[in-house]
Amino acid sequence: MSRTLHTFKGGVHPPGHKTESNSRPVHAALLPNKLVIPMRQHMGNPAKPTVKVGDRVLKGQLIGEADGYISAAVHASSSGIVTAIDLQQVPHVSGLPDLCITIETDGRDEWIDHGALDYQAMALSDLRMKLRDMGIAGLGGAVFPSAVKLDPGAHAIPTLIINGGECEPWITCDDVLMRTHAEEIMQGVAVMRHLLGSTEIIVGIEENKPEAIAAMKTAATRLDFTVEVVAVPAIYPGGGAKQMIETLTGKQVPSGKLSTDIGIQVFNVGTAHALARAVHHGEPLISRLVTVTGHVLRPQNIVALIGTPIHALIEIAGDRDGATGVLMGGPMMGVPMPGQDVPVIKATNCLLVKSKDLFPPLPRALPCIRCTRCADACPAELQPQELFRFAKANEFGRAQEYHLFDCIECGCCSYVCPSHIPLVDFYRYAKSEIWAREKDKRASDLARERHEFRQFRLEREKKEKAEKLAAKAQAKRAEITADPTASGAPDADAKKALIAAALARAQAKKADIIPRNTDHLAPDTRHVIEEIEARRAKIRELAHQPLETDEKKP
Amino acid sequence: MPAPFILDRSSVTQVMAWVLMALLPGIWVYVWIFGPGILVTLSLATATALAAEAAMLKARGYPVKPFLTDLSAIVTAWLLALSLPSLAPWWLIVTGTLFAIVVAKHLYGGLGQNIFNPAMVGYAVLIVSFPVQMTQWAGPVALTETPLTLAQSASVIFGFDSTKATLDAVTMATPLDALRTGLLQQLTVDEIMTHSIFGHYGGLGFEWLAAAFLLGGLLLWALRIISWQVPLAFLAGIWLAAGFLHFFDAGRFGAPWFHLFAPSVMLGAFFIATDPVSGATTPRGKLIFGFGAGLLTIIIRTWGGYPDGVAFAILLMNLSVPLIDAWTQPRIYGEARKTREPPA
Amino acid sequence: MLTAIGVMVILAVVIGLVLGWSAIRLKVEGNPLAEKIDAILPQTQCGQCGFPGCRPYAEAIARGEADINQCPPGGEEGMKKLAELLGVDPKPLDETHGTPKPKSVAFIDEQTCIGCTLCIQACPVDAISGAAKQMHTIIAAECTGCELCLPPCPVDCISMVPIPEDLPHWKWKHPVVMLKQSP
Repeated sequence: MSRTLHTFKGGVHPPGHKTESNSRPVHAALLPNKLVIPMRQHMGNPAKPTVKVGDRVLKGQLIGEADGYISAAVHASSSGIVTAIDLQQVPHVSGLPDLCITIETDGRDEWIDHGALDYQAMALSDLRMKLRDMGIAGLGGAVFPSAVKLDPGAHAIPTLIINGGECEPWITCDDVLMRTHAEEIMQGVAVMRHLLGSTEIIVGIEENKPEAIAAMKTAATRLDFTVEVVAVPAIYPGGGAKQMIETLTGKQVPSGKLSTDIGIQVFNVGTAHALARAVHHGEPLISRLVTVTGHVLRPQNIVALIGTPIHALIEIAGDRDGATGVLMGGPMMGVPMPGQDVPVIKATNCLLVKSKDLFPPLPRALPCIRCTRCADACPAELQPQELFRFAKANEFGRAQEYHLFDCIECGCCSYVCPSHIPLVDFYRYAKSEIWAREKDKRASDLARERHEFRQFRLEREKKEKAEKLAAKAQAKRAEITADPTASGAPDADAKKALIAAALARAQAKKADIIPRNTDHLAPDTRHVIEEIEARRAKIRELAHQPLETDEKKP
Repeated sequence: MPAPFILDRSSVTQVMAWVLMALLPGIWVYVWIFGPGILVTLSLATATALAAEAAMLKARGYPVKPFLTDLSAIVTAWLLALSLPSLAPWWLIVTGTLFAIVVAKHLYGGLGQNIFNPAMVGYAVLIVSFPVQMTQWAGPVALTETPLTLAQSASVIFGFDSTKATLDAVTMATPLDALRTGLLQQLTVDEIMTHSIFGHYGGLGFEWLAAAFLLGGLLLWALRIISWQVPLAFLAGIWLAAGFLHFFDAGRFGAPWFHLFAPSVMLGAFFIATDPVSGATTPRGKLIFGFGAGLLTIIIRTWGGYPDGVAFAILLMNLSVPLIDAWTQPRIYGEARKTREPPA
Repeated sequence: MLTAIGVMVILAVVIGLVLGWSAIRLKVEGNPLAEKIDAILPQTQCGQCGFPGCRPYAEAIARGEADINQCPPGGEEGMKKLAELLGVDPKPLDETHGTPKPKSVAFIDEQTCIGCTLCIQACPVDAISGAAKQMHTIIAAECTGCELCLPPCPVDCISMVPIPEDLPHWKWKHPVVMLKQSP
């Protein structure tokens, strides 16, 4: 059975550099002394810590629970003592710290009780909740909580695509995973099929991974349902979800919509593997395969516990002199790491050590000459040169009109630009500015609403007070008029009587206010009370002085 | 600096270098047909352009080396030199080049910012200001009794030969000029075409020059330095407009092949209208841009005040680029195919 | 001559009627310009502009009684937006109304607070919770950083804390592409 493949527009052919790391055997997990596990590893709300400093935790124990629907839980990657729950540097380009749980490992690597789930017998929604609580999230890069993606909701998902594209240069973790764990990946696929009810299952693998294709094809023949393993042309970014969908089905995901709107769901092979481990072994997502490559002695793939500092992995691969930084991810979309102490997280597919020879500093940027090579290379079929012009000039509205948010930040435009302009950088800047502005707008709308409500409330209170007073005065007057002893008094006297009565009431109230619980107090309590009284006196004094603010306020 | 961390090997210098390479066949044919005088013009224009570029970069506070080595100034100089009459006096060349680099390029913001093609601005200024000198075309060597040597050409260009005799002996009306004057004298196209200057299609020798530019243009297209839309639409515009007129009155309007094989058309279609900076950027926009330029060329040639209209046609289309681009924004990935609205 | 005058008169009457009719028919409720200006203002309600809140300032600008450069929280950018909306030239912020500061929220030192409720009354957006003689707390998410609660506090227990840059608030910076030589 062969499938007609389609081509998407654009794309580039950067040198692959895959053979460096995919020929060595997979290195088993190492157990560092300290694990730093961030609470924000996935899209959506960060997990909420459920342990305290000093707690002993076991391997696979829940340490951060999912917060809301779009969230995922976080687990201890090994057994040990929680030594800190605080802000630590995380693998983010900003170098800013985020909430992490630090575990001092005890070396016993002691598992919590766990076992296979009887997923066939479980209600689908329970199974999804279970997966969320086992921390399953997309391992392809976006780290979107899988439980959400496995909920077909109102859509039918006839087509399930398993993405083994791995088009980024240097990265081989999916390739190696497919070669070594094809069976388990297929088990995960079976669970996905169970949850989504898909009838057509396609595995797309770039043709530069023949061993992986062979292994997956063999594994597919042993299944009781049909899985089509398809070799797709190797072109960057052919492994992007939208591009993979178009290559395999010829359909395009509508702009601003999700693939589920056209009945397709896409998962990375690593996610399928993690799903199989969770369902068939009860293991939450506590480790992943990481490619360590670039300027190292022995580029290879390593099983890494989530929370392992990245320098530990680079040491295994053999660090060399002349390294000029580490990227998380590949050279096209990777993120520079703020340091080598940051931990491996669920999104860490590759650690690419840079050197001057492998990644020479980019040449000086020249002005855009509008040659439109970027437009030819853009897989989202945008006009990058126009987006650049608008982003640079802070014309964000125009940038949005030219579909800035359809940009997938693949880097093809920057790659081909003869003027060497860091185009993607400008798009990221424009996007984050727009988000920030929307946030500010929401905040100011809220402030306006609250201010208007307050204004309304004050007005209402004033009115109510006035009405109450008027009613009271009316009643009093009626009372006085009704009283025969005061009936003869003229109007002025009636007013005087009212004032006198009010004064008397005030006196009585004042007498009432004197605290009745001040007898028999300890001297220090008395002292405190005196202090407060002194402060109060100061306030009264201040209240009698004309305040600065009173002048300001009209 | 964030991702991507790798680059393709392309650069502005490389793009410009290929454009210069693609002009070489044309220059070679030029020398062969019209004598070596063009080499003097090219050198003078190049030297002037580089000096003006360096001075302007310095004055504007930009680093000179990276911008001078991008070769864009040389491309402008060569395109202008190839558009000028082969025996144009030196001051004409210098004035045109200076105007192109200083005003049309740098005063608009330098590389990438000019809305008009600098070479065409230089040409337009010259033809408006010095129409007489702009007719000093050396006739094809085949039609000249004593063709000029390199030294003789240089002395004519630099004005050392003040007798004017040498000049008059070799200059000749270009086919377009001849057509124009002939039509003004109430001759029919067929009568005019009997003149020896007219070759098979576009004028003796001129058609070979046009073919050489076409060859260079095809090379640029093969290298994907230019896209096919602009040249094809430009040539189609010329051919259709000229053909339409010729069909109705062959006596008053030149044949489409004649119009097509004027050197200025091939140079304009493949090298000037394809200038990315001042041209349209969207695929449909490029078609409109090219077609419009072709159409305007024939209109100006037929009814305008100057024999050739390529320069003015391209400048006019340069002017409408922002509009064309805004209205021809292509459908993006995943956008519905029908309900597309142009961005405001 | 008479015909001309007649035509002119009739034209004037007709156009006048059309104008009058459209003025009634197309009447816009409220002040749309003030509305638009208000949408640009940052809604801190701080009163630094000299008006009791953003809305009155917006109305004053719309009436032409206030300048566009009196809003420090809106900063340079807000001023530019106002200039663009009103079609006037941007001008530097008037420093007599204060200078832009990093975005902050108020913070009450709960050890010192005596529960006097003066700040609660001063807060323009009701972002302080508490009651008489009870410690007060700022609802940070709703605080606009207007600083109006600072002066009334008798014990100076309120301070402004700049919002720290954390991951959810982190922004990509404008890429610096050096074309010109540094002078």
